[in-house]
Amino acid sequence: MSTSLMTIHLKIWRQKNAEDKGGFHDYTLDNVNEHMSFLEMLDVLNEKLIMEGIDPVEFDYDCREGICGSCNLVINGRAHGPKHKTAACQLHMRNYNDGDTIVIEPPRAAAFPVIKDLVVDRSAFDRIIEAGGYVSVNTGQAPEANLIPVKKKVADEAFDYATCIGCGACVAACPNSSASLFTGAKLAHLNSLPQGQTEREERTLAMVEQMEKEGFGDCSNFAECEAVCPVGISISAIAQMRRDYMKALV
Amino acid sequence: MPNLLQAATSQVGRKFLTGLTGVFLVLFIIFHLGGNLAIFGEPDAMNRYSMTLHELGPLLWFARIGLLAVFLIHAWIGISIWIKKKKARPNKYEVYSSKGGPSKQSLSSRSMAFTGIVLLIFVILHVNTFALGDTGTVMIDGKETHDIKTLVIDTFQNSAGYAFGYAFVMLLLGTHLGHGIWSAFTSLGMKSKKLSAAMYTIGGILAVVFAVGFLFIPLYIYFGGGCEAALIQCQ
Repeated sequence: MSTSLMTIHLKIWRQKNAEDKGGFHDYTLDNVNEHMSFLEMLDVLNEKLIMEGIDPVEFDYDCREGICGSCNLVINGRAHGPKHKTAACQLHMRNYNDGDTIVIEPPRAAAFPVIKDLVVDRSAFDRIIEAGGYVSVNTGQAPEANLIPVKKKVADEAFDYATCIGCGACVAACPNSSASLFTGAKLAHLNSLPQGQTEREERTLAMVEQMEKEGFGDCSNFAECEAVCPVGISISAIAQMRRDYMKALV
Repeated sequence: MPNLLQAATSQVGRKFLTGLTGVFLVLFIIFHLGGNLAIFGEPDAMNRYSMTLHELGPLLWFARIGLLAVFLIHAWIGISIWIKKKKARPNKYEVYSSKGGPSKQSLSSRSMAFTGIVLLIFVILHVNTFALGDTGTVMIDGKETHDIKTLVIDTFQNSAGYAFGYAFVMLLLGTHLGHGIWSAFTSLGMKSKKLSAAMYTIGGILAVVFAVGFLFIPLYIYFGGGCEAALIQCQ
């Protein structure tokens, strides 16, 4: 496998803590391997910064295989970078050219306050889930898995919505900072399955209410959330949330 | 369980109301365009249409008040969403761009607040010019009625400002509807991906049809010389 090395200029948001005003700092990395993932490139930068006695750049990550949703970076103005259905950790440096300048910012929303540098507090999502993102089950032995019939189409749809990893790219990319895709996906997942029917109405009302309380903006149907979603959740989830909300009222 | 007001002012409720009022406003636009195109019909077609509306009496006032309420709700929610957007993201991005693909970000969708506010101001001026305007009278079927047709022709024939101003605002109407028609149905719960894709195209086509339909009239009157124009017959 041939390897080309690049020089990459980085413009990264640095912010000491939530109270700090923050600002951009410029860094240049030489010998960036095109096979590196985006996060590995940041690891190399941090090694260099540590050697120079500079505070390394804080960024969120966990699995580095596109399934945990920790790595929500806004890269050149796009959540998770330029590629569709790809989390930032699955983005590779071969998507960039020698001499490119890359601007990296944290997701910006009042509901996602910056903790440090590129790390934001996404516990607003946890509180939306706590408001109703659960199903009630009987205690005791685990029920037989095939006891409740679920249509294939319904199971597939519910699974598609269940793939939401809560990364917050939808909020980051939405011009209004709306959390409608996240909330819609969680609701559509649980509301479409038989196990989720017991709390269907309460769940819908409570999660929509919590979403608003957290300070997320309104949805204007820009569908940018669908474009940046690393698992490609459709805005059909938002339409389903609206249907469920109206049904819950009557 | 939220009460009706809480539900109507919730994030989902607001969007549902915006969509519902939007659909009513599009229906009104179709109705209005039909009335406008009557200018190209029989010499008295437009005034006869106006007379028929006035003969509705209390029903016309009911429709007017209903339309005003629908319009104000639509505008108020739209403006409040726009104001809230700034609160939800106090610190802007240094660089921001759309990822394309399924994104519906466009000149049309990004300018909804701007085109909407211009349309709000326009409607106030427009009602003042024509609905509340000083028309002469004309006799139809032995009854005296408003001569709205002459007022329309005089206004656009004698003022480049009116003719071009109206045409420009109608381009903005088309821009607003380019996103608006599809968005209204999505807000009302249009879920099917196939239907959504079809509706986006239909909405775009309708937006162009409405814009061209409305802006053609003032420009045609201005350039065609009013009653001298080939397609317009005056009494």
